Amino acid sequence: MDHGYDDGVSVGEETAPRTHRAALVPLPRIEDTAVDGTRLTDVDEWGRSEHIRELVRRVYAPIYRHWFRVEWDGLEKIPRTGGALLVANHAGAIPSDAPVIMHGIEEELHRPVYGLADFFFRTVPFVGTAWSRVGGVAAHPDNALRILRDQGQLALVFPEGTKGPSKTYADRYRLRRFGRGGFVEIAMRAGVPVIPVAVVGAEESMPILMRLPNAAKVLGVPYVPITANLVLFGPLGLLLYFPAKFKLRVLDPVTFDVPPGQERYSKSRIMEEAENIRMSLQESLYDMLRERRSVWFG
Amino acid sequence: MAQALESDPEVEMILGMGTREPTVPLERAEFVRADQTYSILSRIVRATQVDTIVHTFLVVDSTRVPGRAMHEINVIGTMNLLAAAGQSGSPVRQVVVKSSTLVYGAASTDPTWFREEQARTSPARTRVERSLLEVEGFVRDFAEDNPATVVTVLRFANVLGTDIVTPISTNLSRPLCPEILGFDPLLQFVEEDDVVRCLEHVTRHRIQGLYNVAGEGKVPWTEVAEICGTRLLPLPPVGTRAFAAPLVRAGLIEFPPELEGLLRFGRGVDTSRLTKTGFSTRYTSVGAVESFIRATRLRRNIGKPPSSYTYEQDVEQFFRHSPAVVNTPVDG
Repeated sequence: MDHGYDDGVSVGEETAPRTHRAALVPLPRIEDTAVDGTRLTDVDEWGRSEHIRELVRRVYAPIYRHWFRVEWDGLEKIPRTGGALLVANHAGAIPSDAPVIMHGIEEELHRPVYGLADFFFRTVPFVGTAWSRVGGVAAHPDNALRILRDQGQLALVFPEGTKGPSKTYADRYRLRRFGRGGFVEIAMRAGVPVIPVAVVGAEESMPILMRLPNAAKVLGVPYVPITANLVLFGPLGLLLYFPAKFKLRVLDPVTFDVPPGQERYSKSRIMEEAENIRMSLQESLYDMLRERRSVWFG
Repeated sequence: MAQALESDPEVEMILGMGTREPTVPLERAEFVRADQTYSILSRIVRATQVDTIVHTFLVVDSTRVPGRAMHEINVIGTMNLLAAAGQSGSPVRQVVVKSSTLVYGAASTDPTWFREEQARTSPARTRVERSLLEVEGFVRDFAEDNPATVVTVLRFANVLGTDIVTPISTNLSRPLCPEILGFDPLLQFVEEDDVVRCLEHVTRHRIQGLYNVAGEGKVPWTEVAEICGTRLLPLPPVGTRAFAAPLVRAGLIEFPPELEGLLRFGRGVDTSRLTKTGFSTRYTSVGAVESFIRATRLRRNIGKPPSSYTYEQDVEQFFRHSPAVVNTPVDG
């Protein structure tokens, strides 16, 4: 029997069995140095790349500062380390609030923010990947738990879901129901505080005049909006936001006196807490709106 | 794996069954040729009184065998294996099954990491996934019916390494490699050696249960292609299968149906359960990719060797059983 190349094979404790394809060359087992491997990009396990995020922040900065002229109140309430679940009201046909919040916190606090979004975005070519590279994560409770508890990072979620942005202008700033309070349960389980953020300005940046429910069903998207931007700017209206003044107020963090990591939490407690948070956000919004003199200048 | 087990003195007897002969030299492991469905396994088990069966023949690559054959091998083969293991008076005390993370599928609604107890979020539409789900069902039933037997199911992520050939490895070793336009999914890999190490670990330590096995970390598909020095050929995001069909027929790319979901959404599995048993993979996901491409490059450069090992039954039988051969004791 000619062992040929195989003589070197059995050195070392474990060797892999060869596959049966005759075309393959059995190789001598070298103690492989590429065990850890070298990454070529900084894309993390969620798909986020700090490098790309940095680029996007630089591009977005003029929009943030001069178009929306974003002002924060209470940014110091967001912790510098450790996980926290940021919840905000959601508006604007193609929401402008998420990028504004993420940009603001990353610039001021130098911490990454992961934005939890509907699974739907993962199915859209290019947009899905781009959103993932800048910190977008599918809104699965497991994902949120991992980000908050295991990795101690900030996660941003909009409890109104797609109900928020699909509101027409007539219903602006009236907060929709916060679902079943899932965000509270996640925060409880992860043992992190919920930090509500009230956003004024997103509603007017891309206001929806009406919706086309049948078109939405046909296209398989959550909603099809006809926005004032589309009316005024044509198709460019999908990209062009009105220069509404953005004001964001961070409310006091809400902690729950329940032990983290439990299998289940009291449903009534969860709904109660969720409703309390919704009400405090609603009150803050009305408060801020009472003081707002102009949509465009604050 | 047989080579690994041979070096363990605790292992008294190793018997390999397969439809094709071994391609590596073995000292004391014996080989019996089996048909696709391993129908003689019951007789073998009774005759040899073997106490452990390691089930490694599940087909997870639909390009290797046509649909019906795959079903035969996976479903009927497993049924025969479990019947052999569970027959009355069976000496079998442990069954280890090499399964695949294919059972989780790949859909937009998936969590970023699947834990073993989590169910799929999308129905299984490909043949290979359906057959694997059926197989895991049988194994679950077997475990319930035979509580005294240690049953281990290992779900391996996509395997890459120096020798294994898979649709992904084939694509990566060609000048053109498919991607779906607009999608850059994150993928996990497990290195070939770690597959063997893991099978050996659970067999040797009689570890019971269901475990995900994957290298640490994930790599975006575009990065994998870059590491492998292959050019990406974009397939349209709509009508992908139809567009790919002629390319596959022409032998340009491999694009089995189970690859489509993976190249759109990727797949991740949580391996903390396995880590708790004391096993950790040596290669990270990117390490597995590198291990594969280095071997591929070496092969491209040195070509075929002058000769390789071929199994000859008569010769092997002589060395193992002839009284004329003076056997030196096996080193531990």
